[in-house]
Amino acid sequence: MTANSVINKTICYHCGDNILTADYIIEDKHFCCNGCRSVYQVLSANKLCSYYNYNEHPGATRARTDKRFDYLSEPSIISELIDYTDERVTIVTFFIPHIHCSSCLWLLEQLNKINPAVHYCRVDFLKKQLNIRFDHHQLSMQQLVELLDDIGYEPLISLQDIIKKQNAPNRDNLVQKIAVAGFCFGNVMLLSFPEYFGISVHDQSFRQFFGWLNGLFCLPVVLYSGRGYFVSAWQSLRKKVLNIDFPLALGIAVLFIRTAFEILTRTGAGFGDTLCGLVFFLLIGKFVQKKTYHHISFERDYRSFFPVAVHVIEDDKEKPVALSNLKTGHRIMIRNNEIIPADAILLKGEALIDFSFVTGEAAPLAKTLGEIIYAGGRQTGGAIEMEIIKPVSQSYLTQLWNNEAFTRQQDNRAQTFTETVSKYFTIVLLTIAFASLFFWLPTDLKRGFAAFTAVLIVACPCALALSTPFTMSAALSIFDRNLFYLKNTRVVEQMAAIDTIVMDKTGTITTGDADCVKMEADLNAEEKRLIYSVCINSIHPLCRMIYHHLGSNERLKADEYSEVPGKGIIASLAGRRVLLGNAKLVLGCNEPGPQSTKVHLMIDKKYLGYFAFTQHYRDGMEQVAGLSANYDLFMLSGDHDHERYELVKFFKQPGSMYFNQSPQDKLDFIASLQRQHNKVMMLGDGLNDSGALRQSDLGVAVTDNVNNFSPGSDAILDGRSFAKLPAFLQFSKDAVTIIHISFLISLTYNMIGLSYAVTGNLSPLAAAILMPVSTVTIISFTSLATHFMAKRRRLI
Amino acid sequence: MSIIYFLIGCSVMLALFFLAAFFWAQRSGQHDDLYTPSMRILLDDEEEKEPEK
Repeated sequence: MTANSVINKTICYHCGDNILTADYIIEDKHFCCNGCRSVYQVLSANKLCSYYNYNEHPGATRARTDKRFDYLSEPSIISELIDYTDERVTIVTFFIPHIHCSSCLWLLEQLNKINPAVHYCRVDFLKKQLNIRFDHHQLSMQQLVELLDDIGYEPLISLQDIIKKQNAPNRDNLVQKIAVAGFCFGNVMLLSFPEYFGISVHDQSFRQFFGWLNGLFCLPVVLYSGRGYFVSAWQSLRKKVLNIDFPLALGIAVLFIRTAFEILTRTGAGFGDTLCGLVFFLLIGKFVQKKTYHHISFERDYRSFFPVAVHVIEDDKEKPVALSNLKTGHRIMIRNNEIIPADAILLKGEALIDFSFVTGEAAPLAKTLGEIIYAGGRQTGGAIEMEIIKPVSQSYLTQLWNNEAFTRQQDNRAQTFTETVSKYFTIVLLTIAFASLFFWLPTDLKRGFAAFTAVLIVACPCALALSTPFTMSAALSIFDRNLFYLKNTRVVEQMAAIDTIVMDKTGTITTGDADCVKMEADLNAEEKRLIYSVCINSIHPLCRMIYHHLGSNERLKADEYSEVPGKGIIASLAGRRVLLGNAKLVLGCNEPGPQSTKVHLMIDKKYLGYFAFTQHYRDGMEQVAGLSANYDLFMLSGDHDHERYELVKFFKQPGSMYFNQSPQDKLDFIASLQRQHNKVMMLGDGLNDSGALRQSDLGVAVTDNVNNFSPGSDAILDGRSFAKLPAFLQFSKDAVTIIHISFLISLTYNMIGLSYAVTGNLSPLAAAILMPVSTVTIISFTSLATHFMAKRRRLI
Repeated sequence: MSIIYFLIGCSVMLALFFLAAFFWAQRSGQHDDLYTPSMRILLDDEEEKEPEK
């Protein structure tokens, strides 16, 4: 790198991006764009510049500032968004993806300084939410959102508000149940000590007292904390399956009945502390299993990506109409960076559609008048007018969601290990219990029942029920550390069972936005300056890539400048004529054969060469391709096969690459693999992969920014961790092995306990020791083993 | 030794009081956001003062 370019490299005071022009400077602070500068101006006018002191460059880049929020004046749309309203105030919660540092927190809680109509604002940092209470007489919803946008925090507003739904308060009150169980467990344990250590003969009255107290403490544990197990066991019985909750509920019930019986008949102390401890540990297991990612949603469909409203032209007037009210025949207006919500015909304007959300393809496509444009594309450039030909839910892309893969309950997925085992476990357990009952029954009735209950108590699969949640939650946090976010703990077991991997091409195995610009031209400094100056005028993504590639340069003023849509740019500056564009414009002939995207250059009728935009494969694609040794690897692409030659080094098997695949084709392909009893993992990134992701046994969305849109899936993989995919697959298998081993350990404990129990001589003390010891063994074994395996797979 | 009845009664009442306090905290949303307050406390109140650095 030359010294010259180092000096030129300044970064934006607001967002930290590299600065390419010297146009935006105030008070010796440099900004990359007008948007960033205007945020600074708003903040400095309100004396809120401490924002920049807490963190360096806390802002988001504001290159796009043409957001329109006038749909927020529609009362029907507003009422969907707000949490509460009365005559004086309105409370609303926004999801703001950009919240990422203490500066964000500080600024967003100072909104009142900018506009006094805001009474209260609170940030929830992990959920990236902002709760605002404001006076809606002085500040409308639209103004509030515009205010947030002005300071660089644009809320994400969509009608499918899953983030909010996901964070809705849990109705099952697990924490409270644990609190009650823990409270009772502690008390019962202390009150049981006298019994275990022995009470002298003249203090026998205490024995009664402690017994009654223990019985009382057991009541809330069984009736409140343990209630869920009875409900679940009953439901599974009605469905004629034996799940893990059945033996658990049986154990809890037997423990309670025997304890109550012993206390009432004054024959013993009962198993109060075992009962409370059991419920307490089981609930803890449930708690660790519930991992929530507050800011990630796995359930998104096209609604969270489409706009809330579009502008419909009626009688030469524009009016925002909510998406659900959009009908065929409506004339709509789509501006720069707006998304086309339904299949429509282009009537007016220059359409340059970016389908990157749908297909992952970065280069935008030019469309001609009268052409049908499919929903999901994003317009880049000027405003266009279109007529809708299909309702939103029936469009080419969105009709995918009408497929049965989205409507049916997902019960076709593999049973987890615990589910498979618990069926047999319950049968064996009941057999042993009844065998010991009938063995003792003819000789000693009391002993028979003692043995029967003791078997059910001791063999209660507490350790079995805990091994999966503790292993899986440890595994989940390992994945989490490596930027791989799993929807729930079941996904780990699904991943271990995978034998076939299907990948999308664009955006999944290639990086979506950082396309490589290759300069196939020998340019001198002056020519570079000319091209830079031409490109900086255009908002076309290819031009933007070129001027980023050329780096900072002096900007020359163009005397003449015109963009030919879909073709290129003709400009003249500094007395020279520059032609920049496709082969048709520059060379006057079509590009020979379908090839990678190129921008040709011509200065003063002299052909200089071209810029080629090659797809850049993700780092680690070689390692991932190495998976073909153990897995069947397939690639599905919506594109033409012009990259077949380059891809063949990754997908060596003949017949493993499929091109020109529609979203429906992808879904059908997965289904056909499944019919051959393959367990299929699908990696995709765009909306067009949604069907395949949903149909597969394990759908993984690959994304470069987890806060951005990603289609509904079982797991979200950050692109930076793509190379670790083989390690992830290995590790999931390790986790399942750990569960198997811990199941064996818990079986050993059960055997020891059972050998006592069948004789009918189980003492409360033995049960009270055995249960926690087995639990602690399982918990420590699973966490240590998971940690060890993660280290071996180099995931920590 | 009858004092044991009284002592245990007291201790259970006390424990119940703490359990009730936990329930109240849980229901009034004090445990909803456990992370943001830890950041909020590090921010200065008066914005006029120029923080060091």
